[in-house]
Amino acid sequence: MTVTHTGRRRALKGVFVLAGAAALVRSGLAQPAAEPRVIEMTAHRFAYEPKEIALRAGERVVVAIRSLDFVHGMNIPDLGMRLDLVPGRVTRLELQPKAPGTIDFVCDNFCGDGHEEMHGRFVVTA
Amino acid sequence: MQRRDFLALTALGGGAVFASGLAGCAARAGGMTAANNYGDFYFVQLSDTHWGYQGPANPDAAVTLRKAVATVNALTTPPEFIVFTGDLTHTTDDPAERRRRLAEFKTIVADLKVKTVRFMPGEHDASLDRGAAYKEYFGETFYTFDHKGVHFIAVDNVSDPGAKIGDEQLAWLSADLAKLDKQAPIVVLTHRPLFDLAPKWDWATRDGAQAVELLMPFANVTVFYGHIHQEHHQMTGHIAHHSAKSLIFPLPAPGSQPNRTPLPWDASTPYKGLGFREIEAEAAGRALKVTEFPVVRA
Repeated sequence: MTVTHTGRRRALKGVFVLAGAAALVRSGLAQPAAEPRVIEMTAHRFAYEPKEIALRAGERVVVAIRSLDFVHGMNIPDLGMRLDLVPGRVTRLELQPKAPGTIDFVCDNFCGDGHEEMHGRFVVTA
Repeated sequence: MQRRDFLALTALGGGAVFASGLAGCAARAGGMTAANNYGDFYFVQLSDTHWGYQGPANPDAAVTLRKAVATVNALTTPPEFIVFTGDLTHTTDDPAERRRRLAEFKTIVADLKVKTVRFMPGEHDASLDRGAAYKEYFGETFYTFDHKGVHFIAVDNVSDPGAKIGDEQLAWLSADLAKLDKQAPIVVLTHRPLFDLAPKWDWATRDGAQAVELLMPFANVTVFYGHIHQEHHQMTGHIAHHSAKSLIFPLPAPGSQPNRTPLPWDASTPYKGLGFREIEAEAAGRALKVTEFPVVRA
């Protein structure tokens, strides 16, 4: 599975954005692409909510993540990327999955007794 | 009878003892083999005792550590020293409770007959307060020592909750290694794997590759770690990495199931999957042999 992403990070007045490569390509197109669907997510000890997010292959989405209590991590090994989710900020993750499958993510900042259960996944369908 | 002969006979006759041989940095399958040369020395590695854990994965948690201490004390030939590779205690949000658990752990292991004991933290001990409580009881979280020509390096990859060794410690490691001959026998002790064993389960060290890179010019490096609650052997180049069983509950093989939930306790085979190991250094530390032991000897 390939998912469009980059590690490019921009700070916008307290909002961290991980912009997808698709957005960079889109800037050269005559017609602007549709705005990505925004999916709200929270992270708290010891869960992401929702912990499973359904996506469609080819769909551009932005996952807007708020941490409620700790600098949780969000490591997405399949994409070779990770985020620190700082309380008081909204961390935005832009994705555009290319093919069906699952993409797991896990908290990789030890956050207490229950850290090992803090994980989730994107489920991509055709 | 030489020590290795004794171990080989014990392994064959005891049934419950699983033994594996590791020569140099290359893992070798099969059981113990009798050898003619007596080991230069051996030490014991215990790991992931998680003192304070209460849960169904080990209903016997209140006594498992004590039984392991008794088993180590009963070894026919005492080790020259003992190492604990982290997660001495199970984590808690309460700083007072954390200190109580550390103190209780320290009291229990004080019953070890061998008094040269080296400790290092796991994330359960140190990540929530960056090692503050741990240091009060056990001192520095990273350090070196030498034993009979072998250079031991304890690397802390847990005091940072993000599982990082950190630039400061990496610089310290680089400076320490700069003093060594490239052929020097080196044993690295740490908690988390220094390589990406299973990042989806947080079984990695975020900047572990930098440590491995620093170690790579050295010909005789072996890493012993914990964290994953099972025996596991892997090479990164010529560097061997060996994880230890825990003394609280076993975890599934890396990536073998969706989640890293503890393997269920089996009352018919208590302590299954738990244990400790001996590491025997021969040939001036360039050959290391590992023998696994259960919590309770048959």
